[in-house]
Amino acid sequence: MNPGRIAAVLIQIVFVVGAAPLLAGLIRRVRARLEGRVGPPIVQPWRDLRKLWRKERIAPEHTSWVFITAPLVLVASSVVIAMIVPLVTVASPLDRVGDLFAVVSLLLLGTVFLALAGLDPGTAFGGMGASREMTVAALAEPTLLLAVTALAARAGSTNLAAIVTAALDRPSVVLSAQSVLALVALGIVTLAECARLPVDNPSTHLELTMIHEAMVLEYAGPDLALVELAASMRLLLFGALLANLFAPWGIATGTGVVEMLAGALVLGGKLVLLGAFLGVFEVFVAKLRLFRVPELLAVSFVVALVAVTASAFLGVGR
Amino acid sequence: MYSQLLGVAGGVALVAAVLALWRRSLLAIVRILALQGFAIATVALLLGIHHHEVAELIVAAGVLVLKVGVIPAVLTRVVRDTPNQRDTEPSINTATALVAAAVLTVIAFGATRGLVDLAPSPETELIPVGFAIVLVAFFGLVARRNALTQLVGFLLLENGIALVALVATARVSLVVELGAALDLLLAVLVLQVLTSRMRSKFGALDLDRLTELSD
Repeated sequence: MNPGRIAAVLIQIVFVVGAAPLLAGLIRRVRARLEGRVGPPIVQPWRDLRKLWRKERIAPEHTSWVFITAPLVLVASSVVIAMIVPLVTVASPLDRVGDLFAVVSLLLLGTVFLALAGLDPGTAFGGMGASREMTVAALAEPTLLLAVTALAARAGSTNLAAIVTAALDRPSVVLSAQSVLALVALGIVTLAECARLPVDNPSTHLELTMIHEAMVLEYAGPDLALVELAASMRLLLFGALLANLFAPWGIATGTGVVEMLAGALVLGGKLVLLGAFLGVFEVFVAKLRLFRVPELLAVSFVVALVAVTASAFLGVGR
Repeated sequence: MYSQLLGVAGGVALVAAVLALWRRSLLAIVRILALQGFAIATVALLLGIHHHEVAELIVAAGVLVLKVGVIPAVLTRVVRDTPNQRDTEPSINTATALVAAAVLTVIAFGATRGLVDLAPSPETELIPVGFAIVLVAFFGLVARRNALTQLVGFLLLENGIALVALVATARVSLVVELGAALDLLLAVLVLQVLTSRMRSKFGALDLDRLTELSD
């Protein structure tokens, strides 16, 4: 493994960990501005994490190792995904394992651990949150697989780096009927997996509807900081994947330092646009009633299925 | 660029057909109908520019005015004039309806494969999309028992047929297109009168109430 590829991994990890809370802060800021408030500064999530990190580590009585390990597993799985997916450069050293199925199973590993940790303290809210999270995950993960499979058909590989490289080599395949369908499906999945509106409202603790917040209710101090960091990393990873799969321009193709820094800048620009869009979007949508969330996910599943059908029957790229 | 934009417009039209099956708010359904009309108009515009055909540009303008402007405006008025009828209750559970829509799309793509293989081109690749819209819209038409959603289902169906007609024919006859558009407008106006009559008689748009004869 040459030093350039190691540098690529380090840059991707530093980028994801460093920028994730900023993305969350940006979305909050945009939302606040549109609602006529000044809003907290963009670095506020980082300050919150620092504050939480300095607090005492505390776990509820009668909790098992699951409760302690879940935040670590959550952060670790996100870091591994940051290492293997094409974010800043398509020439990641681990791109052999940067497979769609590996990424989805890593995501699911984190989700399952968080759901178990929600059950572990034995509180009512934790159980409710875990049950809701599993309902959403069971519908969203297959959709994620299907939607990216529709894009994989044009590259002939489920390797994410190969999909992005194919799109870079032949820009004509990026815009097509399949892409539009896959984009709609992946967009809905991103909202569901990252617990954003209209599936879950990240800024309230309303017991009737909360999903993510219900599971992490018992966490405090450094553990909570890890959970929050992992949640914002997931949002960034989904956003970066959306950006790179549907607008791959600007991603580095080699492992030169300058090239990769430029790639990081371009990706940062794309994420700023995406974050601003998400902030605007969240001002205009309302939370869906919980029993209608599966319907929304069914829509995204059907759209993803149609995308796969279209890419199977229509000419694979022209 | 031409073939990609054509693909994108087709994709948007198909997504709109699926979304119309999911949404319950009547206003949202009318907006989705307008979005699909816009996608169809874009297809006509792209074809006109690509073939340097003035007749197709006129068709595109007509489609835009009719399907994005006039018809959605008429339907929006019907919705706004109907109190307590903002939402529609589907007679088939939404998740089941969506699965059925997925199956219908696969059937449409499978059944029209031979047609695409006859002359593979960016235009003919939209034929399966048009057929899928026709089937999904027809399913939506039978799945809902509300005069307005049936009207919208009929219009979505017509959009699918219009899409197939646009991409499958070498050159659309302006007279035929205009005749179809006028027919459509007439149908919408007649049905609008029907819905307003229904509303004044029953106070609702539920078609299940039309079971008895009266003089």
